[in-house]
Amino acid sequence: MIKIENLYKSFEDLNVLKDVSLQVERGEILALIGGSGHGKTVILKHVAGLMKPDRGHVYINGKDVFRLRRDELEQLRSQLGFLFQSGALFSSITVFDNVAFPLREKTHFSEQEIREKVLTALEQVGLGGAEDKYPAQISGGMLKRTALARSLVRHPEIMLFDEPTTGLDPVIAHTILDLIKSIHQDLGFTGMIVSHELSRVFQIVQKVAMLHDGVILFVGTPEEIMASRDPIVRQFITEALSIPSSAMKNFSQEEKLNQKG
Amino acid sequence: MTFIRKLGALSLMGLRRTGRMGLFLAKTFFFTVTPPLKFSQLLKQIRFIGFQSALVIFMTGAFTGMVLGLQGFYTLNRFGSAALLGPMVSLSLIKELGPVLSALMVTGRAGSAITAEIGIMRITEQIEAIELMGLNPFRYLVVPKFLAGILALPLLTAIFDVVGIFGGYLVGVKLLGIGEGTYFGEMANYVRVQDVAEGIYKSLSFGVLITWVCCYKGYYVGFGAEGVSKATTQAVVLSSVLILFWDYVLTSALF
Repeated sequence: MIKIENLYKSFEDLNVLKDVSLQVERGEILALIGGSGHGKTVILKHVAGLMKPDRGHVYINGKDVFRLRRDELEQLRSQLGFLFQSGALFSSITVFDNVAFPLREKTHFSEQEIREKVLTALEQVGLGGAEDKYPAQISGGMLKRTALARSLVRHPEIMLFDEPTTGLDPVIAHTILDLIKSIHQDLGFTGMIVSHELSRVFQIVQKVAMLHDGVILFVGTPEEIMASRDPIVRQFITEALSIPSSAMKNFSQEEKLNQKG
Repeated sequence: MTFIRKLGALSLMGLRRTGRMGLFLAKTFFFTVTPPLKFSQLLKQIRFIGFQSALVIFMTGAFTGMVLGLQGFYTLNRFGSAALLGPMVSLSLIKELGPVLSALMVTGRAGSAITAEIGIMRITEQIEAIELMGLNPFRYLVVPKFLAGILALPLLTAIFDVVGIFGGYLVGVKLLGIGEGTYFGEMANYVRVQDVAEGIYKSLSFGVLITWVCCYKGYYVGFGAEGVSKATTQAVVLSSVLILFWDYVLTSALF
């Protein structure tokens, strides 16, 4: 379970987060939405312990991330996967070695076992046969899928996705989100996802939080946010989904049907 | 009033950066002396900083020795002391030029690459990815480079010295006609073990200095490609100036 409590963060004179509180239950995925530059990635980086807040706490399974010793934090991170916006693959090693990296460094599996796990993970994301390629030799979509395989290869309990579909064409973007959905069904991780692909993301998450100007403006289910009366929420959702606001209620009902089906 | 405020802000920023650099070195020392050591990374870095710099060190050493042989011969000849060419070339190389020029060449060849590599890893979030895998980026990225620098610099300096002395021999003995026995015999009379040790101490400390400055500049790089290019330039300039400054400090302390 992830619990964010009264988080404040500023960079020099810019207050990015102002009293952010959120909770993600075990096995649940929360979509963090909002305009660019409003602090969504900053929240994810706090959850991963990559940034320290000015004030506030982040608890993962009851442990305060910012009060852990280095070895405790390393232990916690071994149960955590993070899909970076850029992929953050190591450019000097192959796709196979990138995915094998966390297994070689943090587990005691034999090279044969590692090979099996890596090839399975690559198959899972549809990258069978690309294992000998270098990151510079593959497309943006393949890069994201490699990064997804690397973050999931240790079967983390918690997954954080930072704009997994940015810069990809709609078909590849949908493939990535469908992959996340099916892997979540298999592994049952607790997750947070930052994405602008709202129509698809709303089908894979149980909860949505909207961040606006450093404040959480709304938390609820995808259906609830579609029915929200808040003008800022409505404007954002309408523009993000490129639909007339009058159609929002119908869309909400359709989403419900999709989830049931 | 504005001027005083700006001066104060600048001083505070300078102090903060110096403190951060000091802490970076302290952390590097701590992780160097505590296990585990990434041995495969260390070997890779020894190959990169040491072995792959050998050719440039060989060339620089040869030409430096040859120039010293030429200049030294004509200068000493004026005082009728051309026989002392061997000690002059060897002492200049062993105590001063070998360690300093080797360090400057390694800074240009390997130091700049270290900053660029770590800097690019920082801006493409690769360092954060390492942290999120539960690994310590210091152990993985900084310590192997730091240790490789400490091990490689004295060895490269030794190559520089030997090749330089041979370059001086080629010019002094083969070209200008000083006796072979005179060149090496006088060298053996004048060069003490202490002189060699002085050169080794210097090159060891330059190894620390180059890897410290270059890793630090890469680790705390600015934003984007411009940030990496700025950091690389700063790393080379700062390392070079510090090498010459520290050379003076050590020379005055060791005499």
